[in-house]
Amino acid sequence: MSEYLVNLKVNNIAVSVKEGTTILDASKKLNFNIPTLCNHPDLSVAGNCRVCVVEVKGARLLAASCATPVSEGMEVFTNSEKVRTARKHVIELLLSEHNADCTKCFKNGHCELQDLASEYRVGDHVFIDLVKSKDKILDISSPSISKDDSKCIRCQRCVRTCEELQSVSALAVVKKGDHQRISTFMNKPLDEVVCTNCGQCINRCPTGSLTERTYLDEVWNAINDPSKHVVVQTAPAVRIGLGEDLGYEPGERVTGKMVAALRHIGFDSVLDTDFTADLTIMEEGTELLTRLKRALVDGEKVALPMMTSCSPGWIKFQEHMFPDLLDNLSTCKSPQQMFGALVKTYYAKKKGIDPKNMVSVSIMPCTAKKFECGRPEMRDSGYQDVDYVLTTRELAMMVKQAGIDFMKLDDEKYDSIMGNSTGAAVIFGATGGVMEAALRTAYEIVTGREVPFTNLKIMPVRGFEGIKEAKVMIKDVKPEWAFLEGAELSVAIAHGLHNANELMKAVRAGTASYHFIEVMGCPGGCLGGGGQPIPTSPEIRQKRATAIYAEDEGLPLRKSHENPEVAQIYKDFLGEPLGHKSHDLLHTHYKERKRY
Amino acid sequence: MENKILKKVDYIFQETSVSEVIDIIIKTLAKSPDDIILDVIDSGLKGRGGAGFPTGLKWKFTKNEDNPVKYVICNADEGEPGTFKDREILETVACKVLGGMTICGYSIGAKEGYIYLRGEYNYLLPQLNKVIDEFNKQLKSKGIDFVIFIKSGSGAYICGEESALFESMEGKRGEPRNKPPYPAVSGYNSKPTVINNVETLVYVTMICKMGVERFKALGTKDSRGSKVFSVSGDTPTPGIFELELGMPLADFVEDFGDGDTKAVQVGGASGHCVPRKQLKDTIIGFEGIPTGGSMMIFNSSRSMYNVLHDYLEFFNEESCGQCTPCRVGCQQLLKGIESVKKGERKPLYLDELKKLASTMKIAAKCGLGQSVANPFNSIVDNFREEIIY
Ligand SMILES: Cc1cc2nc3c(=O)[nH]c(=O)nc-3n(C[C@H](O)[C@H](O)[C@H](O)COP(=O)(O)O)c2cc1C
Ligand code: SF4
Ligand code: SF4
Ligand code: SF4
Ligand code: SF4
Ligand code: FES
Repeated sequence: MSEYLVNLKVNNIAVSVKEGTTILDASKKLNFNIPTLCNHPDLSVAGNCRVCVVEVKGARLLAASCATPVSEGMEVFTNSEKVRTARKHVIELLLSEHNADCTKCFKNGHCELQDLASEYRVGDHVFIDLVKSKDKILDISSPSISKDDSKCIRCQRCVRTCEELQSVSALAVVKKGDHQRISTFMNKPLDEVVCTNCGQCINRCPTGSLTERTYLDEVWNAINDPSKHVVVQTAPAVRIGLGEDLGYEPGERVTGKMVAALRHIGFDSVLDTDFTADLTIMEEGTELLTRLKRALVDGEKVALPMMTSCSPGWIKFQEHMFPDLLDNLSTCKSPQQMFGALVKTYYAKKKGIDPKNMVSVSIMPCTAKKFECGRPEMRDSGYQDVDYVLTTRELAMMVKQAGIDFMKLDDEKYDSIMGNSTGAAVIFGATGGVMEAALRTAYEIVTGREVPFTNLKIMPVRGFEGIKEAKVMIKDVKPEWAFLEGAELSVAIAHGLHNANELMKAVRAGTASYHFIEVMGCPGGCLGGGGQPIPTSPEIRQKRATAIYAEDEGLPLRKSHENPEVAQIYKDFLGEPLGHKSHDLLHTHYKERKRY
Repeated sequence: MENKILKKVDYIFQETSVSEVIDIIIKTLAKSPDDIILDVIDSGLKGRGGAGFPTGLKWKFTKNEDNPVKYVICNADEGEPGTFKDREILETVACKVLGGMTICGYSIGAKEGYIYLRGEYNYLLPQLNKVIDEFNKQLKSKGIDFVIFIKSGSGAYICGEESALFESMEGKRGEPRNKPPYPAVSGYNSKPTVINNVETLVYVTMICKMGVERFKALGTKDSRGSKVFSVSGDTPTPGIFELELGMPLADFVEDFGDGDTKAVQVGGASGHCVPRKQLKDTIIGFEGIPTGGSMMIFNSSRSMYNVLHDYLEFFNEESCGQCTPCRVGCQQLLKGIESVKKGERKPLYLDELKKLASTMKIAAKCGLGQSVANPFNSIVDNFREEIIY
């Protein structure tokens, strides 16, 4: 975009902005807020809700401020009578086709439409009630996503999310006029289409139309059942997101308070997915080194580049879109599922609990994990390894329901065992984090030295660039790794399935020569997961990332292989990475899925 | 306002042949692109697709864009109820359309032209393909670097709206885009594009053939030339007629009405309804009531409630549904007059609905939603009792 400045007036106040700026942004610069619904900072401009219209002097039509660039000499009025009338009409029209049962709605209190309605005090309905049925028009076929068409305002944010950010296009606009709606391929239920359960559409839906499938009642029931031992694990990104739903600004680290709250809520064991994140590094790092050895020393044909498998949305994407590359996926389960398999075996044994009486709950920044825990492969403990998955948002609801004054809580520590972790596990929550953690450990295993980056910060793999690449020179290796002497390890990182799709196309075409690829299904990695607090934007995700790296730097241990509990579990239970027991409990396989 | 008396004209359907049109093209292409554009501006030709934008200016804006790839598109989606003139043109004198496209292509620097043909007109394809093949061959043999293709439409009325048409041509759902950018800057495949109506392009050929002055001799200052009208409704002589622009509607009714005319709907569903008492003071042309070409005559046996109801049902069905004012507004207007008719709402509710229609006129995303107020307000204003009782 050019640096050329355009002069205009908004509500009679002069302002100069860069060419190409929208009227909406120019007005914001002068602190004139214009309401929006279909506009979203992560998405292309739609200009379809028309709630942001403004008056431009001399123009016959009102202009959609989100979609109209400024021009020299323009005079804009954001609050003229014409504008107010039109805006009110738009809101009234939206409400006239909306099943507004706010008190029963999952989004009550977090809804952009509700906010607008209350700001504009749209009282008695002027227009005819067009709601066809006062019932929800529900698709709850998916274990992750709930879709209620009776609350949809057709802003198409979800459609753009699924197409632009995720390259999945599971959602599409169908039909015209009063029959127009958001649907799937052939109007099939969500669990029968290519939907990856990533939940990114939920994060950008302004209303209660798209929400997670909630399992709050099931979890409360388990907690209330004295015969059950309820174990909870919390994913890395939850601790830097949860605060946003409980009164904090984005970027607040609330690990200790979260642990305290979970105890207050009544979980019997409060444990940390970060523990199995460290374990993942041991397993996946060993898997990578093994694959490299088989390829370089034994001359075997092994699938390279190896790709991470922590992100179940990404896994399902790959199963649908690139089934020819399934062998490239690491066989490691996601940290959640490793945890689930261990909690009902290792933990149960150590603590003397009958796994039959255990309920395993996980708090995830992710909606795809709700799907993942129900995959038939995920029962290696002899039971369903993880029983219920709640999102960060659902946990915030639980905290409120329990009447906990979150901000006033004192910090508490996780239970042990399976509650200890390192900074390497925490950064799993940011794009590039798994890669950084893996490099910190693998480099040290192979060379006996720390990675050659100041303070262990591997900057080339950090940040929000869509696809990142890095090369690490391996020199002066330990004798047993002689085959890697002088090798240059080449890695790539993608976040958000659109970027993953681009990277996979290159891999499939053979134009990308990497050894190891990290993919996270959500923009920004898990910190931007489909279960994280709403709203989301590049700025919010940046703050969460900053918090994650601060958490890492604040921890005494920052390399997975230094986690004492990890050493202990190999000694007491698993044997060695990729060993027999690991194979049974921590690794999995994938299956091809149809696109249609 | 100048008043013209009704005059039938015969330019559009004048018989011709591919080679005659090629000759016109060769003669025209002796001039520079700028000179041709100046001629078209000077002729005063305005778009015949409904919006009435000056054709020469449109070409000039597109020519001024610096881009090696540009397109000419002929809008043959003709979906306005009561309009069938473009079909007739394509059936009888398609090569004149191709001529206009070629001249446009040369003037703006485009090497490809597309005809976007309404899905319902697919039966014309074999015949059109033959003409286009012959035409392309002759262009090539004369060393003119322009090729014409034809694309079949998706069947939705909204795909006649230019930006929805581009989306549809690109294989996407036919939803109108935000404007700006306008087609001159970013049209088909995001390239600078001229999109003109079938009839507009024929007039280009005719202007090049007979000269600017003869075209300008017809019509008024703001409405140069003649125009093809599709006449339907309560008339003894339905059909297609080329008439000089600028005539009073009264003269038109005199000629085409059945002696009992109550109102004329000028410009199809998205046009204005003119009641008998205003016929004398209404000029057909861009200074009065512009029209895509449909003239629907209603006599006293017609219920204007039913007329409006039909139009609203049409919009309700054909709205692409993406923007709130149009998607929900159309439903509200339709349900609204029904409830007033049934006595569920007071007649005063019609005034609320008129305000809503006025919001739609300025806040809807595209011409469809913006024009619903034309029939709505003109019918409600002039035939209020028929809506209520
Ligand atoms: C809903 C809608 C439908 C339209 N349908 C047509 C059509 O069928 N044919 C057409 O030429 N123009 C149609 N238009 C107008 C086009 O958008 C565009 O203005 C026109 O093709 C430009 O050509 P002209 O300048 O030669 O008139 C339609 C506009 C709207 C809003
Ligand atoms: S989506 Fe929003 S406005 Fe609609 S019922 Fe839910 S909270 Fe209320
Ligand atoms: S969950 Fe993800 S893949 Fe599924 S529809 Fe939403 S954005 Fe698309
Ligand atoms: S489901 Fe939500 S995001 Fe999608 S169109 Fe409806 S309201 Fe918008
Ligand atoms: S005005 Fe109607 S047809 Fe046009 S974009 Fe809006 S909904 Fe679609
Ligand atoms: S926010 Fe601008 S049109 Fe929706």
